[in-house]
Amino acid sequence: MRRFARLTLKVGAVVFSVASILVATVIYLNLRGEDDLTSTPLRQTTNAQPVALSGQIERGRYLALVGNCAGCHSNAGGAAYAGGRGVPTPFGTIYTSNLTPEKATGIGSWSPANFWRAMHNGRARDGRLLNPVFPYSSYTHVTRDDSDAIYAYLFSLPPVVQPNREHELRFPYNTQAALAVWRAMYFRAADPSADVAPDTTRTAQWTRGAYLARGLGHCVECHSARNALGAISGSQEFAGGAIPAQGWYAPSLAAPDEAGVALWKREDVVALLKTGLTPVASVIGPMAEVVYGSTQHWSDQDLQAVTEFLQALPAAPARKQVAAIPAADSVLSQGAKIYERDCASCHGRAGQGAPGIYPALAGNRAVTMWTTTNLVHIVRNGGFAPATAGNPRPYGMPPFSHTLSDSDIASVLTYIRQSWGNQAAPVSQLDALQQGRGN
Amino acid sequence: MAERTLACTACHGKEGRATTAGFFPRIAGKPAGYLYSQLLNFREGRRHNSLMSPLLANLSDAYLREIAEYFASLDLPYPPPQNASLPPQIRARGEELVRRGDLTRNIPACTACHGLAMMGRQPAVPGLLGLPRDYLNAQLGAWRTGQRKAASPDCMHGVALQLDTPDVSALSEWLATQPVPALAKAAIASESPLPAECGKVPK
Repeated sequence: MRRFARLTLKVGAVVFSVASILVATVIYLNLRGEDDLTSTPLRQTTNAQPVALSGQIERGRYLALVGNCAGCHSNAGGAAYAGGRGVPTPFGTIYTSNLTPEKATGIGSWSPANFWRAMHNGRARDGRLLNPVFPYSSYTHVTRDDSDAIYAYLFSLPPVVQPNREHELRFPYNTQAALAVWRAMYFRAADPSADVAPDTTRTAQWTRGAYLARGLGHCVECHSARNALGAISGSQEFAGGAIPAQGWYAPSLAAPDEAGVALWKREDVVALLKTGLTPVASVIGPMAEVVYGSTQHWSDQDLQAVTEFLQALPAAPARKQVAAIPAADSVLSQGAKIYERDCASCHGRAGQGAPGIYPALAGNRAVTMWTTTNLVHIVRNGGFAPATAGNPRPYGMPPFSHTLSDSDIASVLTYIRQSWGNQAAPVSQLDALQQGRGN
Repeated sequence: MAERTLACTACHGKEGRATTAGFFPRIAGKPAGYLYSQLLNFREGRRHNSLMSPLLANLSDAYLREIAEYFASLDLPYPPPQNASLPPQIRARGEELVRRGDLTRNIPACTACHGLAMMGRQPAVPGLLGLPRDYLNAQLGAWRTGQRKAASPDCMHGVALQLDTPDVSALSEWLATQPVPALAKAAIASESPLPAECGKVPK
């Protein structure tokens, strides 16, 4: 009996030590690379906010557009930057926070160092770990200078009293411990000194493009695959990823059969980001939101830079597709009938489209891509290209959710994917039922 | 413009004249200010429809105004009225509410704002004839619960709060069964002011 008690004690001691070491490791991994806030001179100025440098506010306004901060940190119909928008995720809904300089409900009591720590290390002023839905794994690449400029801009906004709404996350995702473990596994703050010594084998323009795509522009957040815990591994960067809970897929920016642009004319890439429309492609869905709220406002230099970066991404091998078995004649003839009735008047009887107005469906990689969730989404809900300075009066695709059944959607998409030279796998009724839906 | 707005007419019917589907409202010929406010309301979450809000999310104010003006400018014949579905005394109650309201319960006459002909009033009050019963019921219900909102001050919410369910059925029944007079147009904003200061059409 006594031996048993001694053994229990020993095992307990070992478990306790291992647990302590794990906890210490998690804590260490969460704190490494953080600046000491007290060493930052701006710390002393929390009461009298530091005076913005000349031109800093304007630069911050531009950078906030590049990062599309307002896109998430504004709710439909609410004040810009006052937060409150719900972002659905597989783990629950996150509500964005108030970024206006209001003392009680916004970030009015934050110092530039606090703001930098949120951007660079993902921790709030009070030390709380922020949820990585706020893409600090990208923003960690943002320089202190740019962070300070965004801070100066946010502090130039009118303060709005709007309390932050509690996130609606399931256990354990709603705990700080879960965030700490996640961060220990997947997050490492960027080393600011790496930005000072850029890769000399690359042009300055490429380096700027990489900074935008991986950092403030956070392109990587949607266009990469995530694991079950929502983390992106290096090999999945820009490899395309599902947009959780919205029923969209953000295509790979590296794959020539998805949205890779290595073979495009440079000016077409720039035009797509600036206007949402080129003779060969247009944007819809979440990317329409990105163009509308962000990239249409980018400077030409920055658009050129990100284009150079995107065009230089190493080409990803084509994804293994389900064999494009020709569909049954009955499905194709049903699909053809629907196509003639509902689609042909705009997209053309041979799927040729009308350049700059209605996208061609023949030879369109968005049509023949391996996943059909975007196609189902678009047929069901329709959509407009974004209204931009370069395309202020966009054409729109009608929604068909009230006239086409899942079986109709499956047939017409199968027909489109197997006509005019397109050779892609059929779309099943089950695909049409499950895909293209948010939660 | 008709081609640019095919996404609208898929549900609202050819040239926005409404379909027989029973729910989608006619938009052709409604006052431009009203249509513009509704487009903004959908985009900004004061009105809710799972298709409308995402469709409008990335469209500018200027383009939404142009779309509103386009549909407002269409002058198309109205469909025949819907058949009566409720007893005549209920319809009579509906007409009473429309023309005189119910002062004992603080319900103003609908005609006070929506025009004597109930065809609306420029620039921002909609006509209520030629709309499907299901749509009218759904909207009056949404005004009552606050699910449908207008820019503040939200008069219609206040009015709807005074209505009970039998009132709503009676109103929808009478409105949906009225033929729309030929050449019916929204009243020009007359010298007589509206009885209440309501949510302004954004400039």
